[in-house]
Amino acid sequence: MGGMKKLINDPADVVSEALRGLALAHPDHVRVDHENRIVYRKDAPRSGKVGLISGGGSGHEPMHGGFVGPGMLDAACAGEVFTSPVPDQMMAATKEVDAGAGVLHIVKNYTGDVMNFEMAAELAAAEAGTEVLSVVTDDDVAVQDSLYTAGRRGVGVTVLLEKIVGAAAEQGRSLQEVADLAKKVNGNGRSMGMALTSCTVPAAGKPTFELAENEMEVGIGIHGEPGRQRLPLAPAKDVAALLVDPVLQDLPYSQGDSVIAFVNGMGGTPLIELYLMYNEVRQLLDAAGITVARSLVGNYITSLEMAGCSVTLLKVDDDLVRLWDAPVNTPGLRWGA
Amino acid sequence: MAVENFANWLRDLANTLHDNAAYLTELDSAIGDADHGSNMDRGFQAVVAVLDETSFDSVDELLKKAGMTLVSKVGGASGPLYGTFFLRFGTALAGAEVTAETVGEALKAGVGGILARGKAELGDKTMYDAWAPALTAYDEAVAGGSDLRGALVAAAEAAAKGRDETVPLVARKGRASYLGERSAGHQDPGATSTTLLLESAARTLG
Repeated sequence: MGGMKKLINDPADVVSEALRGLALAHPDHVRVDHENRIVYRKDAPRSGKVGLISGGGSGHEPMHGGFVGPGMLDAACAGEVFTSPVPDQMMAATKEVDAGAGVLHIVKNYTGDVMNFEMAAELAAAEAGTEVLSVVTDDDVAVQDSLYTAGRRGVGVTVLLEKIVGAAAEQGRSLQEVADLAKKVNGNGRSMGMALTSCTVPAAGKPTFELAENEMEVGIGIHGEPGRQRLPLAPAKDVAALLVDPVLQDLPYSQGDSVIAFVNGMGGTPLIELYLMYNEVRQLLDAAGITVARSLVGNYITSLEMAGCSVTLLKVDDDLVRLWDAPVNTPGLRWGA
Repeated sequence: MAVENFANWLRDLANTLHDNAAYLTELDSAIGDADHGSNMDRGFQAVVAVLDETSFDSVDELLKKAGMTLVSKVGGASGPLYGTFFLRFGTALAGAEVTAETVGEALKAGVGGILARGKAELGDKTMYDAWAPALTAYDEAVAGGSDLRGALVAAAEAAAKGRDETVPLVARKGRASYLGERSAGHQDPGATSTTLLLESAARTLG
């Protein structure tokens, strides 16, 4: 299985040193509270604007710190690699970005993230009286949804949600409106991912799982956790069908629906393969009578150096498309600004 | 004296978790996200740092501070779960003499906190599968006349059995639940760290 080959110094310093680099590379977009590991929009808090906070384990870059800036997040709390941030961080961020209009927490559905954000929201409300609402994303169709389990994981739709809800907050919509919009986006989006390789958490020093040369893992999340099915490696068109079909069947999406189609790289797959995959995804959508209103292709919610991709479809109406098109100016996503 | 015993427990537990960090992370690699050992190690090293620089007048202050430190330093699900355990365990011992009975009540309060946060049930393949039989064994030992140490030994043995019984279970909570049937055949990392916690308590308390 070999040793760990990474551009790092000490595994214990990976997150703090990466945040230093982010701050130095994007001084026009963000400022970083290094002690609390919080990336702030440079001009936060914005008077009268709902504050948007997300966060999670590190290792998914550019999410979330790369999505801080005008038209997207006000703050992102960075945890250790693949480990949720702690309540102190979200409390500090919540107090800092609250400009009187309240704060929305955008939380991916993982047990640790949900618990730590919940504790922070309780403490911020008790200590500072800040009005906090939360949305939990859970768009991964690879996981069985059930009242008796942790439920589906939050994956690709989180990126699209942070963009769309960020635009709505920028327009001055109220906390309740922004929270309702966030729930609508989550409800309209579904994702499915696959991996060609595992990934290595720096503190662990070896790959989280082993995949043979001729195997792929289908139904993976974004933490190097094994998926639901291990299959022989197949051509891209077959892989695209393995991802698109369960997504289409789940919502379900039907003929005439308009979507944002998002092909996301897991961190170790080159853009040439992602565009090749997008071509396959697009043919499947065309055949299903789905209209692609907008698209996004690239590495946006990653799993360290894992090779593979995910497909996210978000059913959209005119309001969602307008919000998607609105200007955004962050380190990781930028247009119209 | 009681304060010193509990501080010794936390130090012993920190050493144990440090020694077992790679093992816990290996268990977590199989069905989770490969961070349980390093997270617990980091959290308890922070607890030891607090013990080194602060003196505590009471057991409840000590345990509550340990709980807050874990909430702040561990992250993941283990931070809120173990943090809440120590917060409630400490709170329940406030003003009480440390006896087999009061520690038993405090353990129940701590585990109640874990359930409130994690909403797990017996058989979900979580740390609760070690805690639940441990509480029962503890109570039975006290009812049979055991002292604190004896009750903790009984609890630790029952926790180890509960831990072993997580192996065939299909996870219904936490990241392991994403694997569905594939989570069967692996020992739960949370039930493993809970067993280490109780074994350490049996060595150092009473």
